[in-house]
Amino acid sequence: MVWKTTLGHILGKATPPTAADPARAAEMRARVAAAGSARLGRSLAIRHVAAGSCNGCELELRATQNMVHDLTQYGFTFTPSPRHADILLITGVAGRNMVEAARQARAAMPEPVLVVACGDCAVDGGVFKGSPAIAGGAEAITAIDLFIPGCPPTPTQIVQGLLALIEAHSFPPKKTRR
Amino acid sequence: MILLSPPDWAAYQGRFIALWTDAQYAYALYQPAELVAVALEGGTYPALPHAGAGWYQRLAFDLHGFKATGAADTRPAIEHFRAADFTAPWPEFAAPEVEGVHQVAVGPIHAGIIEPGHFRFSVRGEEVLKLEARFGYAHKGTLGLMRGKSPRLAARYAARISGDATVAHSLAFAQAAEAALGVSPSGRAIYLRAVMAELERIANHTADIGALAGDAGFAFLDARFALAREYICAAAAMAFGHRLMMDIVIPGGVAGDIAEGGAGEILAVLAALEAELPSLTRVFEDYASLQDRVIGTGIIPPHLAAEFHAGGYVGRASGQAHDARVQPGYPPYFEHMLHMPVQQEGDVAARIRIRLDEIPESIRLIRDMLFALPAGALAAPLPPGSGMGLGVAESFRGPVWHWLHVDNGTIVTAFIADASALHWPLLEHAATTAILADFPLINKSVNGSYAGVDL
Repeated sequence: MVWKTTLGHILGKATPPTAADPARAAEMRARVAAAGSARLGRSLAIRHVAAGSCNGCELELRATQNMVHDLTQYGFTFTPSPRHADILLITGVAGRNMVEAARQARAAMPEPVLVVACGDCAVDGGVFKGSPAIAGGAEAITAIDLFIPGCPPTPTQIVQGLLALIEAHSFPPKKTRR
Repeated sequence: MILLSPPDWAAYQGRFIALWTDAQYAYALYQPAELVAVALEGGTYPALPHAGAGWYQRLAFDLHGFKATGAADTRPAIEHFRAADFTAPWPEFAAPEVEGVHQVAVGPIHAGIIEPGHFRFSVRGEEVLKLEARFGYAHKGTLGLMRGKSPRLAARYAARISGDATVAHSLAFAQAAEAALGVSPSGRAIYLRAVMAELERIANHTADIGALAGDAGFAFLDARFALAREYICAAAAMAFGHRLMMDIVIPGGVAGDIAEGGAGEILAVLAALEAELPSLTRVFEDYASLQDRVIGTGIIPPHLAAEFHAGGYVGRASGQAHDARVQPGYPPYFEHMLHMPVQQEGDVAARIRIRLDEIPESIRLIRDMLFALPAGALAAPLPPGSGMGLGVAESFRGPVWHWLHVDNGTIVTAFIADASALHWPLLEHAATTAILADFPLINKSVNGSYAGVDL
């Protein structure tokens, strides 16, 4: 009976998850509430594209979804389809083989689109700057709204970066951004 | 290194690991650590008959333009879009010749939070008849960037070959540089490196086992194992200053000492994991619909694993008792006997069991090493010498080999062979033993590195 094992596990041996920093998480939730997100609503879908990373950023991006960092509590979810996405999150350099694919993903997203460059490589090419095999950082693919530096950025830095993005777009702009 | 004539080169017998070229020679590496070379003639060298050589020969052509004469497979490895504006047409795949077969294209952008790569399935109904994997989407020219730099400076590229195995790659690179320049790191550096390497192994094993359960729709195990990884990363950040322990292993030693209280933090996290692991393993084994997904799925038969000389848990789940920590071995593992789990089934379940078995073993090693941590210098200075050096480290997914040719303190040629290069062809086979819907599970169980082969 698996439910018995599972239940026994939860009630018995498992150490309860501790939030990364309860005070900080509470503060960030308050910031989300204060921002109001009039324009974006309280639910944002992220389409992640690895355009030439070392997979370090992907590890930490996945860690934002675990019980400690719990990105979902702020209203962010990851979506497989660019058609459902509000945010394009690019990790890694703009590898020559990936530029076209990443541009197509960007083009497939409904406007308005916010683009996040996550990690040093996406910010400006990072350690791979100057390599003939890359076109540069994520800016070589499309215009960027937010840069999250770090090699790789910690899950906390990624979550804080995304919250800053919500705050920056919390009030309806006068005309549609392009 | 042994220089061979072209016929001897082509006829050389051994457990093939990797092949690469520099301006004058083609090199081939065999287990345990035999390096043979042949002089290039007019930019060509004889192709090798080994199963694993195909990828490396394609890669050598894309990187340097040197051709393997007589090679059957001449598809591009990493150079797909040579046009300056990156808008060249998409690469073509051979159309299936059998009636009723259609192709399913996946990637280079995948559905999850993973690296880019393209998979082309030929399917009849749900049955997968053929899988062709195409890489190069994470190509960043890393080997080219290493040339002309000092080993100390190039170490940051080695740390970014594959982020999930950053410690293992840094370690193999450091060992290659130390062998080339005749430097020996202190006992303390060797032990700290090994502690980091084992921590990295546990972090990846826990995260991947959880992700596998998650792929099969069982969120509970995913959540618990992801939490285990999170705590290990937090302990690593506290002890070594970086969650993935990137850039801490450097040629000559380590860049920093373990923080005060770091050892206690690591031991506490590992004790919690050790206490929870038997219960999590029982949940994994008890859950019938999870077992149904993983048992008999994605089989890599032992004879095929032997043909490709697969290392790591992919090899060990298919009867190949190989571990670079034992054979050829490197310090400090000579002093710490290693229990090596081996299974024969070669399916997704076997690969999970191997990884579950390796976690307690790594916990034990870390305890022993932290207990026996010797005093000593952190890093030895690197003299600006010349020489060639080979380094190997067992990453969580298998052996990673680094080869360096250093002249007057700067790198002339570097080559890096990640275990994934021999695992990807096996995945292409394993996919054909199951239906299309099982592929995410099989792919995750093999967990090859895309960045690690795209170099």
